[in-house]
Amino acid sequence: MLVTLTSTAPEASNLSHLLRKHPGKAQVFDLSVGQAHVFYPEANDERCTAAMMLEVDPVGLVRDKRFRGGDASTLAQYVNDRPYASSSMVAVAIGQVFRTAMGGRSDAFPELAAGTLPLTVTVAAVSARGGADLVRQLFEPLGWQVDARPIALDPEHPEWGDSRYVDLTLTGDIRLSDALRHLYVLLPVLDDAKHYWVSDDEIGKLMRAGEGWLAEHPERDLITRRYLAHQRGMVGDAEALLDGDASATDLSASSDVAAGDAAAGDVAADGRARAVQERSPSLARLRAAAVLQALSDLRAHSVADVGCGPGALLVHLMAEPAFSRVIGTDVSARALEEAARRLNLREASDRVRDRIQLLQSSVTYQDSRLAGLDAIVLMEVIEHVDAARHGALEASVFGAAAPAAVIVTTPNSDYNALYPSLPAGEFRHTDHRFEWSRAEFEAWAASVCERFGYTVEYRTVGDVDAALGSPTQLALFRKGGQR
Amino acid sequence: MSQHTEPGSPETTVAEHAAKPPLALPDMSLVLLVGPSGSGKSTFAAKHFGRFETLSSDFFRGLVSNDENDQSATAAAFEALKHVAGQRLRKGLLTVIDATNVQPESRRSLVELAREHDVLPVAIVLDIPESVCVERNAQRTDRTFGASVIKRQHDQLRRSLKHLGKEGFRKVHLLSSEEEVAEARFVREPLLNDRREERGPFDAIGDIHGCRSELETLLGKLGYELVRDAEGRPVDAVHPEGRRVIFLGDLVDRGPDAPGVLRLAMGMVRAGHALAVPGNHEAKLVRALQGKKVQTSHGLAETLSQLAGETDEFRAEVERFCRELVSHLVLDDGALVVAHAGLIEKYQGRASGRVRSFALYGDTTGETDEYGLPVRLPWANEYRGDATVLYGHVPTLEAEWVNNTMCLDTGCVFGGKLSALRWPEREVVDVPAEQVWYEPAAPLGRAAQASVDERDPGLLRIDDVLGKQIVETRVFGKVGIREDAAAGALEVMSRFATDPRHLVYLPPTMSPPATSKRDDLLEHPADAFEAYRREGLGQVICEEKHMGSRAVVLLTRDPGRFDAPDGWRGVVHTRTGRPFFDDALTDAFLTRLDAAVSAAGLWDELDTSWLLFDAELLPWSLKAGPIIREQYASVGAAATASLPAAVSVLERAASAGIDVGDLLDRTRRRSEDASAYVDAYRRYAAPSQGLEGVQLAPFQLLASEGASHLGREHAWHLDIARRLVDADPDFIRATRSVSVDLTDPASEDAATLWWEELTGAGGEGMVVKPVAGLTRGTKSLAQPGIKVRGREYLRIIYGPDYTETRNLSRLRDRDIGHKRSMALREYALGVEAIERFVAGEPTWRVHQAVFGVLAMESEPIDPRL
Repeated sequence: MLVTLTSTAPEASNLSHLLRKHPGKAQVFDLSVGQAHVFYPEANDERCTAAMMLEVDPVGLVRDKRFRGGDASTLAQYVNDRPYASSSMVAVAIGQVFRTAMGGRSDAFPELAAGTLPLTVTVAAVSARGGADLVRQLFEPLGWQVDARPIALDPEHPEWGDSRYVDLTLTGDIRLSDALRHLYVLLPVLDDAKHYWVSDDEIGKLMRAGEGWLAEHPERDLITRRYLAHQRGMVGDAEALLDGDASATDLSASSDVAAGDAAAGDVAADGRARAVQERSPSLARLRAAAVLQALSDLRAHSVADVGCGPGALLVHLMAEPAFSRVIGTDVSARALEEAARRLNLREASDRVRDRIQLLQSSVTYQDSRLAGLDAIVLMEVIEHVDAARHGALEASVFGAAAPAAVIVTTPNSDYNALYPSLPAGEFRHTDHRFEWSRAEFEAWAASVCERFGYTVEYRTVGDVDAALGSPTQLALFRKGGQR
Repeated sequence: MSQHTEPGSPETTVAEHAAKPPLALPDMSLVLLVGPSGSGKSTFAAKHFGRFETLSSDFFRGLVSNDENDQSATAAAFEALKHVAGQRLRKGLLTVIDATNVQPESRRSLVELAREHDVLPVAIVLDIPESVCVERNAQRTDRTFGASVIKRQHDQLRRSLKHLGKEGFRKVHLLSSEEEVAEARFVREPLLNDRREERGPFDAIGDIHGCRSELETLLGKLGYELVRDAEGRPVDAVHPEGRRVIFLGDLVDRGPDAPGVLRLAMGMVRAGHALAVPGNHEAKLVRALQGKKVQTSHGLAETLSQLAGETDEFRAEVERFCRELVSHLVLDDGALVVAHAGLIEKYQGRASGRVRSFALYGDTTGETDEYGLPVRLPWANEYRGDATVLYGHVPTLEAEWVNNTMCLDTGCVFGGKLSALRWPEREVVDVPAEQVWYEPAAPLGRAAQASVDERDPGLLRIDDVLGKQIVETRVFGKVGIREDAAAGALEVMSRFATDPRHLVYLPPTMSPPATSKRDDLLEHPADAFEAYRREGLGQVICEEKHMGSRAVVLLTRDPGRFDAPDGWRGVVHTRTGRPFFDDALTDAFLTRLDAAVSAAGLWDELDTSWLLFDAELLPWSLKAGPIIREQYASVGAAATASLPAAVSVLERAASAGIDVGDLLDRTRRRSEDASAYVDAYRRYAAPSQGLEGVQLAPFQLLASEGASHLGREHAWHLDIARRLVDADPDFIRATRSVSVDLTDPASEDAATLWWEELTGAGGEGMVVKPVAGLTRGTKSLAQPGIKVRGREYLRIIYGPDYTETRNLSRLRDRDIGHKRSMALREYALGVEAIERFVAGEPTWRVHQAVFGVLAMESEPIDPRL
């Protein structure tokens, strides 16, 4: 919320001409993001400091729909850092209040504008996801000397460590226009949570503000990605532009997308950080293939993917005409909406729609809509259900729905020893309630068979280690006696 | 009275004489008017039936085509008509079809519709001379049929007349002249099974199978006095308090004295001291006594040889008695249904062949099991009806509640016991069999065992909670739960909440008072007092609001009561049902609480094996640690870093002679606000390690075995809390309180001062409650509590700067109404859940109410209220 710019050049007060703000009075600008105050704490020939303070209206922030585009879950709170931190809102204010200076043109002082100045810039409480290290990585390649001081979360609770805010001082001989453009781009990049909807003209803004420095910046990828709120299409277009590929200038190809979606995705990805180790030659793909193989071995025609999530397996099931009836269920209505989108159900023909049903349901409740199927798939589901609720899960799947076959996949905890970055005893995913060794899985399966009249066959999924087995284990249950 | 609930030949009344008695129409029927065009059906229908009761084919033709006479729309019109008729029949509403209905095929589909809904098909035939119909049609301008159409319809009607019975009509009223049509009157008759006016009290007795001696003993134990005939044989039994027996069928076969049981039962029914429904054994006995060829296996041979020693008159009376029994009875305003083999909800109060068959034989699959016994589907496990169903038929070891149903056949004849249920007390009374009178084909209790293994009645069904739900609450009437709200709650309930069998209660949300009109405050006690005064209350109690998390604590010494494994002590969960601790810590926590409860003597005093507390768990950081660090401290760090920096820059500008207006003052104030805010959240962060530093502040004992305590005074609850504090002061935290007399301003002032001191010292605030607990106000239920939060605490709700005048003025605009209404509905659901649990109702019934609270919480509402 506070930026100061100090010049110690000869005739330092010329800074005010470049900024085009009168040094003798405080000025107020009403902006979309709040009120910006510009004033000069000192202005003489040795030293001239301009300060911009942005006052964000905390109540308006909550009540104004314009600000809900970005990280809605944060902005919807009255307890919010936006009125205090220097973030993307401050960048917007710089862009509006110092537009001419940022453009680098000065009809009255063209040489001054074109030349470097000995500048000191301070920014209070910069919201910096990535901390002081990232601040240095971003500003140092641009010729700044960087002093980034982390702010403690709470001095009375040193055990809590540092907050994500840093008090930032930059010094260097830099053109004023460049300095402002650096801040304009890098403050939102450090913040990594844009407060407004990101639309295509963001690429244009980035290109203009990044002209002359962004293309060669070692952190160019991170800057582009974060500035464009992780919108993959836009990031690609921007990369192409920075590489000088003119064919990518057809920006209409990418769409207006709420940054919120991407941010949510990103947060989710962070939350699943521990799942990263599993990604090698896409275990998820191997798992889906193993399930499809099992269904094919069963000659199943009616199949329910219970706990289908956003529909990764459903897409494969729908691609195979042998599955004449496909049901996807999930506890989350939102996941089902995503699945419907992914399957493009809105535009699907009646024939396709007749084959698939998406139902909100829960494995711990009995659901008559799932009765009498050829197969039910529980792919990476059971480890998300508390062991205490397994009785209900078993009774509803094996007891009430009682399909001819049940396919269960779950991580093999024996194999976890082969993930070097996974501490012993920890799970692959933060929501896993447990992970079973092969012996534990088999004990569970045997007990289910005995109680519900199924037989079981075990299969491996993924690379098989001679001692530790495969990363994923699969059990194929068949109702009744024979295989 | 006609026998229209039971199968048999249809009864045809022919209205022959003038001034005839009114014609009977059963309550649950689908009435077809039969007559050619012009026979006056619509006029007749308008005269005798209600505005919505008659569905006219002409009208439906109009609905689907804009033209009542468009014959090409007939098919669509009938499809729509049948759909509407079906919806009405499902609700049990008498429905009249106004169409010519002269062709057998058009009637057939309507008879099927009636059967599908288990109501009786009835025909009213308007057989008036063809000439009259032709004449009437000719007078109408909108009809273009010629006389030939009428003639054809008339012929079809004539040909139909004698077949109506065979087609399935259970009653046919034939009106064969204009006069008869004009004079006809109708009377609606309840079905024979409709005995809702019988309110008991009753004692329902399961399968007796000729065990006369055990029956006599049981009647004695139930308090009946036997009346004997000259030969000393019991022929009646009388209860001094006027109680009546319900015989649930299977009086006969297998056992030693079927005639003796029949003599007593028939006598009691005749004298009005008992009701009875038939069992499958009676049905078979009737056929045997009527001389039909039946297999005499399964004990019929014994009955027949015993009856051989009786008189012809007695045998004739037995045949009549058993034949006239009505397959099931709906009693006590619909709260109780009795049928020998039980009855699913959709068949209750209905009459059809399959209803009778279900009532006598149950839901059989037609297969037999390894003992040669019919395979029966466990209908009771699926039962979700409101009426309690009592039945017998399948011998089990113990009479047990399964979803509001109870099987009272405890296999007396096989050496088990003879059981009765007292209604409405719901108390089982039984006597053991004197001996094994008949060897069972399969081990006793086999059926029950098998069904438990197959399908656990404690298992919940998805449609118990999803979709639009209406929960009937005893303190607030019907509470509706929106479909999308239920959908929103499913994930939380399934993935994060504790097992529904252990989730007896979720606390309601709590409303703040109306926003204060005082300059610098959003909330003040005066507004809470005023709210209760308006509800007509004279006394309230103010309880300190602890700076912790709301917690519900279930502590038990009887895990079986909660279907939990041995050694399980209960659960400590949040207001959304999430356990606070892992299993080990929960166990340690509850062990310590159990010790305090023991020391306070509560187990014995309340004569209970479990206790359910509403409480606050401290410190807040136990649950909210991440929020405090990531949200509150983070904002505090940014604010306390940037605001002083801004003040300092502004001061430099001001001292350089720049006019910075009020920006400097404002920024200084905001800087102070930021420090106050940091102070406010810091009070909620206290270190805890395991149970070290954890405290429980119970403020209400919600329930214990057999009793909900919600109607008790808060003083009682706080006294219990105090005794727990005395037992373990480090672990249990007291709740400070002040009573307020709302008619005495001094008393109010004292409470306000108390609140000011409390919040001035950094306290969160207080909750104002009616002294008596669950209380009715002038309009409806009174709010169970109104929270009045302190000025400083609200900084962590409304933001550090909320006290700035320009912010406060806008924040006053908050919608309390929705919050208040939601608080009441959630409270009603919570109370209902507890009452249901205490009454021993099935899990799904308790869960519906608990789930409702969670669903309501997913409705969008200002989270700061």
